[in-house]
Amino acid sequence: MNKEMTLAPRETLLEVNNLTVHFHTDRGVVQALDGADLEVKKGEVVGLIGESGCGKTTMARSVLRVLPPGGRLVSGSILFKGLDLLALGERDLNRAVRGKRITLVPQDPFNSFNPVFPIGTQIRDLLKWKGGEESKTRVDEERIWEMLNQVQIPSPGSQLKKYPHQFSGGQRQRLMIAMALLPHPDLVIADEPTTALDVTVEAQILRLMKSLVQGREISVLFITHDLGVASEVCERIVVMYAGQDMETGPAEALFSDPRHPYTSELLASLPNPEGKIRDIPGDVPSLIRPPGGCRFHPRCPQAKENCSGEKPEKIEVSPGHWVRCFYPRTRSAQLIVERA
Amino acid sequence: MGMPILEIKGLKRYFHGSSDLFSKKVRWVKALDGVSLQVCKGETFGLVGESGCGKSTLGKTILGIYRPTEGSVIFKGNEISHLKGQEAKRIRKDIQYVYQDPGASLDPYWKVGKILSEPLVIHTSLSKKEIRKNVRKMLDDVGLREEHLSLYPHEFSGGQQRRLGLARILCLNPSLVILDEPTSGLDVSVQATILKLFIELKARFDLTYIFISHNLIVVRMMCNRMAVMYAGKIVEMGDTREIFGNPMHPYTKVLLAAIPEIGKKVEQEREMPLSGEPPNPENFPTGCRFWPRCGFKMATCESVEPPLESAADGRKVACHLYKNKS
Repeated sequence: MNKEMTLAPRETLLEVNNLTVHFHTDRGVVQALDGADLEVKKGEVVGLIGESGCGKTTMARSVLRVLPPGGRLVSGSILFKGLDLLALGERDLNRAVRGKRITLVPQDPFNSFNPVFPIGTQIRDLLKWKGGEESKTRVDEERIWEMLNQVQIPSPGSQLKKYPHQFSGGQRQRLMIAMALLPHPDLVIADEPTTALDVTVEAQILRLMKSLVQGREISVLFITHDLGVASEVCERIVVMYAGQDMETGPAEALFSDPRHPYTSELLASLPNPEGKIRDIPGDVPSLIRPPGGCRFHPRCPQAKENCSGEKPEKIEVSPGHWVRCFYPRTRSAQLIVERA
Repeated sequence: MGMPILEIKGLKRYFHGSSDLFSKKVRWVKALDGVSLQVCKGETFGLVGESGCGKSTLGKTILGIYRPTEGSVIFKGNEISHLKGQEAKRIRKDIQYVYQDPGASLDPYWKVGKILSEPLVIHTSLSKKEIRKNVRKMLDDVGLREEHLSLYPHEFSGGQQRRLGLARILCLNPSLVILDEPTSGLDVSVQATILKLFIELKARFDLTYIFISHNLIVVRMMCNRMAVMYAGKIVEMGDTREIFGNPMHPYTKVLLAAIPEIGKKVEQEREMPLSGEPPNPENFPTGCRFWPRCGFKMATCESVEPPLESAADGRKVACHLYKNKS
C-alpha cells in the first residue's frame, strides 16, 4: 500500500457521533443504534462489520436519511464534509447529497434495476439528474462508455440497449458500481455488495472495486458480515454488536490483535482448518429490551458487575485503535493460552 | 476408509430447457452429466462448487426426488434409483435430506410438535405416546426445550430452525444425511454452534454426511473427502486436506484462491486471474467445460473432454494437464 498516504493525516469526510436510532414497531420500540460513532476519512475504505441485526444497515440508511417507516433518529449528529446532514431539508438532501455526493451499491443486484427500461436509459437518467451535466436533455455518451469499459463491460454500445434481466449477477453488480461512480461521489456506501455472488465472481468484483476507488479519492463505507472480505478490502474496521460500536481500528491490527472481547470471540468462532470449533454462548439480544450498559455483557466471558450498569466509553489502546470496553484485552496471546 | 455406503455411477440428470415457441427442438439443461463417486460409511463427504454447478441436483437425485436420466445409485449394495412405492419409502427413511432454507421447509401453520411427529407417523407404526416420547428426546438432542413444542416455526431464529430441521430427520434414525447448504444465511457465531452440533450428532448417531456447500472454509473444516463440481461434472475429488494443500485442477486452484480470508489482501491474488462467469447450462462449451475461463488452456482442451482419472495418491482430476502423469 501507499505508505505516504496512510501516514499523512487525512481529512475527515463523514463523522457520525453518538447516533441513536429507534424503530417504532407493533411489538415495541427497537433500539437499533445506541450511541454509535463512525468516522470515514477522505479516500479511505472503512469496513462496517457485525452479525445480522447489529445495526450496520441502519447506520448506512441513517447517513442517507432513508430509514424505513417507523425509524426515528433520536439523537446524535451526522456531519458530512462539515455539513450537518440531520439539519438539511429533504430537497437539499436530494439535490446535493443523495446519489450525488454519497452513492449506494446495494446488496441485491437483481432487484435494484427497473426491469422495464433498458440499462442505457437508466444510466442516462441518472446522469441527467445526478451527474452534474450542463444540459438535462443531452448526456455525455462518452462518459458512460468510458465508465462501462472501466467496470469491464465489453462493447458498451450494444449492452446499453439490453434490459437488466439479460445480464448475469456479476455483470449487474458491475453496472451498479458504474452507476455509483458516475456522479463522481465523495463517498460510496457498499451494502453487502458481493453477498449474492459466487466466490470467483465475488473476487472479481472486490478487485474491481478496489482498483476503481484507488486514485479517485473516493471513500467507501463497506458493509459486510464476511470478516474475510472485510480484511481483504478495508483499511479500517468498525465492529458493531447489537447497535453499539465495539471496536475500531486499522484492519490488520484489529484482526491480528483484537482487544474487545466480542471481536476476539467472533474471530474465534470462524471455521479453522484445525477443526476445533468455538462458539459464543448465548444469543444475540432482542433490541426491544436490550441489556443495559455494554450490550455484550450477558455473553462476555470477562464481564464484571459494572458492565451491566453503564455503557463504557471508548479507550484508545494504540494509535487509531479504539475499544469500547472497561476491560479491554491486553494481548491476544492471553486468549490463546486460555483456550489451550 | 470404511465400507462404501453409497456408490454413484455415471449419473446424469437432464431437465427440459427453454424452447422456441414454434420449434419442436428441445434444449436440455444438463444439470448432472456423468457423475461417479463413492461415499464411505462414517465420513463427511463435501460437494462444492458455484451456484448452478449441479451440487443440489446431485443430492436430490441420490434421494430419488429427481429420477436419474441415466446411471445408477447404489445404497448399501442395492440399486435404488428406480425404486417406487413402498420400497422407495423404506429407503427414504434411511437417507434423509436437510433442506437449504429451513424457514421455508417447515409448515408455517403447524406447531413444532406436529412437525416433528409427522415423519414418525408416516414411517413408523409407533403409538402416540411413543411418538411423543421420541419427539421430546430428539428435541433435547438438538438442544431445544420441551416448551418449544407448542410454538410455530416463525417464532424460532435461523439457528433454531436448523435445529428443528435436524430433529425432524434424526427421529427416523437415518444412516446417510444429505445437508444442503446447512450454514448459508447464518452468522458466524451461530454457524459455529450449528457445526458443533453436526459433529456431535454424527458421532452419537453413527451418521454419514454428504455436505453440500459453497462455503469452502466450512468444507475444509468439516469434510474428510470432497468433490469439486463445475458445470454438472466433477473436476476434482479426493482428500480434503490434500486438495486444499495442493489443488490440481485449474478450477479448484482459482476457487481456493478466491476464498476471502483474514490477512489475505486483494492484490496478492492477482496472479490467479479468473475472468468470466460459469457457462450457460443449456449450451456448454465443447471439450473441457472450463476452457473458456482456464489459465492453462491447451489446444486439445477445446475439443476433447478430459475424463476424471486418478492422479497422485487417490486423487482424481479431470484435466489434460495431468494426463501423462497417471
